[in-house]
Formats: sequence, structure tokens, C-alpha cells
Amino acid sequence: MLRYVFRRILYMIPTLILISMVSFAIIQLPPGDYLTSYAAQLRTTGDTIDEAELAALRERYGLGQPIYVQYLKWVKGILLHNDWGQSMEWQRPVKELIFERIALTVVLSFSTMIFSWVVGISVGIYSATHQYSFMDYLMTLVSFIGVGTPGFLLALIVMYAAMAYFGLNVGGLFSEQYMLAPWSWAKFVDMLKHIWIPILVLAVSSTAGIIRTTRANLLDELNKPYVVTARAKGLKETKLVLKYPTRVALIPFFSTVGWALASLVSGSTLVAVVLSLQTEGPMLLRALMSQDMYLAGSFILLLSTLTVIGTLISDVILAWVDPRIRLEA
Amino acid sequence: MAERRENTAQAVAGAAEELAYREQEERVFVASQWQLMWWRFRKHKMALVSAGVLGLFYLVAIFCEFVAPYDPEQFFTQYKLCPPTRIHIRDAQGRFQWPFIYKLQRQRDPETMRIIYTEDTTTAYPIRLFVRGSPYRLWGLFSLDRHLFGIDAPREEQGVFLLGADRMGRDLFSRVCYGARISLSIGLVGVFLSLILGIILGGISGYYGGLLDNIIQRAIEFIRSIPSIPLWMGLSAALPADWPIVRVYFGITIILSLIGWTGLARVVRSKFMSLREEDFTMAARLAGSSEMRIITRHLVPSFLSHIIASLTLSIPEMILSETGLSFLGLGLRAPAISWGVLLRECQNLRSLVLAPWVLTPAFAVIIAVLAFNFVGDGLRDAADPYAR
Repeated sequence: MLRYVFRRILYMIPTLILISMVSFAIIQLPPGDYLTSYAAQLRTTGDTIDEAELAALRERYGLGQPIYVQYLKWVKGILLHNDWGQSMEWQRPVKELIFERIALTVVLSFSTMIFSWVVGISVGIYSATHQYSFMDYLMTLVSFIGVGTPGFLLALIVMYAAMAYFGLNVGGLFSEQYMLAPWSWAKFVDMLKHIWIPILVLAVSSTAGIIRTTRANLLDELNKPYVVTARAKGLKETKLVLKYPTRVALIPFFSTVGWALASLVSGSTLVAVVLSLQTEGPMLLRALMSQDMYLAGSFILLLSTLTVIGTLISDVILAWVDPRIRLEA
Repeated sequence: MAERRENTAQAVAGAAEELAYREQEERVFVASQWQLMWWRFRKHKMALVSAGVLGLFYLVAIFCEFVAPYDPEQFFTQYKLCPPTRIHIRDAQGRFQWPFIYKLQRQRDPETMRIIYTEDTTTAYPIRLFVRGSPYRLWGLFSLDRHLFGIDAPREEQGVFLLGADRMGRDLFSRVCYGARISLSIGLVGVFLSLILGIILGGISGYYGGLLDNIIQRAIEFIRSIPSIPLWMGLSAALPADWPIVRVYFGITIILSLIGWTGLARVVRSKFMSLREEDFTMAARLAGSSEMRIITRHLVPSFLSHIIASLTLSIPEMILSETGLSFLGLGLRAPAISWGVLLRECQNLRSLVLAPWVLTPAFAVIIAVLAFNFVGDGLRDAADPYAR
């Protein structure tokens, strides 16, 4: 088992290197470089430009040097000095801006995932054990529609309905007085009061998918001889269903945790913009719009790294749950 | 005697039934693969209905200049944020008539100072089919001025707004029709590009295996581990803002298919891997067929139906991504008209509450996506007609 985990971690390294290259490429995509626009911005606001400071920055990011030198300097800054570059728009180091947003994104995605698993799996089990009942048909219909309904359009509709019928603005993760306040118990409670709407909106399509997969997988398992044998031997129905076939039916989920996380993060980007949540979405959008490229690139790098780690975790869980995999490896 | 006659009747009926059954079976035996697929697809009622809906949507997209009553850019300054026009079939006396609309009158609400529209029941305009209206060039080729429907009044006097008018007084229904052209075609073009990439790379991966397979599989895993929307956002933000619409359109489709091909490549690869071990492939090889011939004559036709099914399932993803990107302002931008561009109107919550009908493009998107999902599901079930 340990050897397997170790090998998977080794595999991660080339992936991470590639991801950092892609993120850097995105930083480099817009024409011009950061310092030129920075200097232009300073000039328009009438500030004096400290030539020495500019030269120092130019040296720091390797501007004007070959592209691989710039890339290496960027990576070195992140790895050795935890220096993610400077945000042009906010006039602050990227690392001060980014981590709270990323943390909130992770909290939101994880809560959504857990919520949709709990709901999706239990509804799926119910649907499979009560095949062709009224509830089964209803749930199948609901999940069909849920899979096709895109999160950000649902968010728009929810926003509109809440505003038009209840006069509520459901956007944001915090009330106004906590928006800029430092973290405290009260702020946390306030977040809990707001976070359930984005969780529900985000969870709809993933829950629907989970219901369908659980139902199909469990139906396949329920007809297998071992289940019939167990029933013939007088095992209680609940224990029978939950302990053996359900475990097998759930295996595909563990193998897709990583991708589920990736798609949740990318889905939440759009939903977050619509609901103006304080997660990465709106800030990434703004950074891209104003070509604040170090900020945008760092976001993409961090989000991708997170999903790679998510995939690693899901592989490890999979190996732990399903001995066939770890013995093969 | 009577009993015997009954018996005979039963026997005859039984024989007829038997014969009908045999014929049915015979029909199944001689039916081509596509016929069998069609029979199975027909059983999936939702898929059938959805296919009809999609057909309608694409007809509107193809003939949008004709279906739309007005030019999508033409604004009616007097009808800013005009609610959807109500179509009546009963007049003031309660008699049924050919559908008609009443003339709208603008008034200002004395308290809120908002413009409200009331119906003037003394003037009615019947809805006419194939009316003459604003001239247009169908597909940029034929100069025409007939529209599917409209009223016999100049637009300065009265307009018909099936879905209301937007902030600038442009007819939303016309805009949704024109938006369908871009939004629905971007899915097809994007999927076509992904298909080419997916079949080539997935085919190489599955047919040759070994090192190439390993490299391509790692590449697919890598691409799929990056959250797609942030990546798409990053790439489309890099499209120069001064590009013409057509170029942005193709830029977006290329960006979308950069990730889209991975899913198709996986399907193609797994099909290649299972089919190359089949006896008929071996037979073809022993008979001296070239690799190319084996691939194009024997392998591709056997999994074509599966490819079509997974293609159909990946179109809605493309449509949604375009909508999402344009909605954020990173994809197509006005004056291009797509459903995502139209939805930008909804970003302001206040105007959304004042004019909820600007949300209708969202329903067009949802219906199109659902319909594609159902059709894809039906096709997937029908793709292997020999199973069971």
C-alpha cells in the first residue's frame, strides 16, 4: 500500500510541472508584459516612476530575457520564497489575495460534494431497491432534468425567483457587515446562513448524476448470485443491501472523486460569478478581464494543483477500498 | 359442433398469430443494422420527442431571418422593456377569432414613474402569416422581405413581441432566433473538430498501443485534471478584443474542442482495443488487407453508432460552455448574437426583476441541452442493436 502511494506521488510530479507550464503560458498570452503596463498605469495616475525599483522588478521576473528564464524565475519564486508575483490591479502581492478565496472555493466544493453524495447515494439506493415504484419514476425524471440543467442558469433563475417573490438577494457568502471583517465565530455562522443556497444550486447536477449511476450499478449487483444466497440464508434485507452490493456499486465513485472535484470547481466558477460569491470565480474573471495575469495564472495553477491532489486522494481511497487495484499495482 | 368451430377459429387465429410473429422475426433477421437501431430508438419516447424539438430548433436556426419578425438589431425606442405581447383569440365580445393583438398604449405610472403598457381594445391587428416586413438577405444570398408571421402595420405604429423587448427596445424573439444560429452551430462545429482529433488520436492509441498509447493516455489524463472552465476562461481572455466575430467564433470552438476531444478519444480507443482482437479483424488481416483498409472498412463502421451517440452527448457541453463564456463576457461579444450574449442582460438583478422575460434565452439553452441529452441517451441505448 505504501509503495503504491509513493509511486502515485512520483507520477504527480511531471503532471504538476506540465500544469505550471500551462499556467505560465496563460500568463504570457496577452501581448505586452506586466511591467510595461504597470509603468503606463503609474504614468497615467501621475505617480513618479522609480527607475531603480523598475529595474529590480525587471530583474526579479526576468523580463526581457528568454521565455524559459522567465518561467524558471517564476517557479523558483513560488517554490523557494512563496512569492506568487504581484497583482497589478490590486497593487498587492498575489499570495495575500488568493488563499482565502481558494480556501472558500475548497470549502464550497467539498460541502457540495459531500451533500450530493449523501443525497445522491441514498436516493439511488432507494430507487434501485424500489425499482419501478412511483418514487423511482419521479426520482428518475428529476435526475434526468437535473443532469441537463446547467448550474449558472439555475443560479440565475434562483436569484430572480428569490428577488421577485421574497424580495431577497441571495447572492454572496456573507452579510454586509462581515464582508471585510476578519474571521470570527460570528462570521462563520453568518457564512453558514448563506452558503446553503450555492451548495444546493451546485449540487443539483452532480446529485442527479450520482442518483443515476448508483441506481444502475446497484441494479446490476442486486441480481448476482451472492445476493440471492445471502437472502436465502436469511440475512436482514437492510444489512444485505447496504453491506455488500452497495459497497461494490460505489466503487466507480471513488475512482472519479478527482474529476468530480475538477468539474465542481469549474462549475462553481460560473455559479460564483452569478451569485457573486467570495470564491475564486469572480476574482479570476476580473483578473482575466483586466489582464492581471500573475493573479489569473496563480489561480489556474492552484486550482489545477488542487484537482491533481484530489485525483491522488481518490486513487489512494480506491486502492484502499478495492484490494484488486493495489495488488495489481 | 359449436365447440369444434370455436376450436378451428382458435387454431386459425393461432396460426395467423404465429405467421405474423414469424414475419416479424424474419423482418428482424433481414433488417440492416441502421434499421434495427431506428426500431430501438423509436421505443425511447422522450428521445423521439426531443429529436423533434431539436429538429424544430435547428430549422429556426437555419431560417432565422425568415422566422424572426424583425431585424435583431432594429430598435423600437418607444418599446423599451415592453413585456411580451399578449395574443388573443377572443375579442371584446367574447367571440373566437383568428389570433390577433391589440394596440399597445404607453403610460407612465404616476407613482413609480415607470412606463407601463396597456392594451387599447378598440384597435386590433390580426396576426398574419408570410407577411411583408423588413427586407433581409437569407444566408446572405437571397434578398427577401417575407416573414413567417407579423402584423399588417408599419413597425412605427405597432410591433409584435412574442418574448417582449429588451432594454433597447429590440425584439427578443428575433434575437433568440438569431442567437440559435450561433449557439446551436457552435456545438456542431466544436464537436466536429473534437471528433477529428478524438478519432485520430484515440485510433492511434487503441490500434497501435504500446508507447504511443501510453503517451496519449497520460496527455488525456493531464488535460482532464485541469478545471476546464478556468482554463477556457484563461484562453478566451487571450483572444484579441478587436477580432471580427467570425474569427472569435472559430477561436472559441477551437478552444472548446481542445478539451472536448479527450472524452471521444477514450471511447474510440476502448472500441479499437476490443475490436482489433475480433475474428473478423484477424480474417481481414490474413486475407492481406492493408491497415488503412482494416480501419476504414472493418473497424470504423462497427463502432460508428457508438461514436454518434457520444457525439450527441458532448454537443450540449459545448453549447453550455459557449453560453457560459459569452455570459461572462469572455466569449462572443455584442454585436454578435448568441444565447450567452443575450443572457448578459440578466447580470443586473434589478433589470431582471423589472423585465423577467430577458431570462427566456436561458430556457432556450436548457431545453436544447435537455433535448440533446435525451437524444444522446436514446442513441446510446440503440447504438448496439444486437445486444439482448
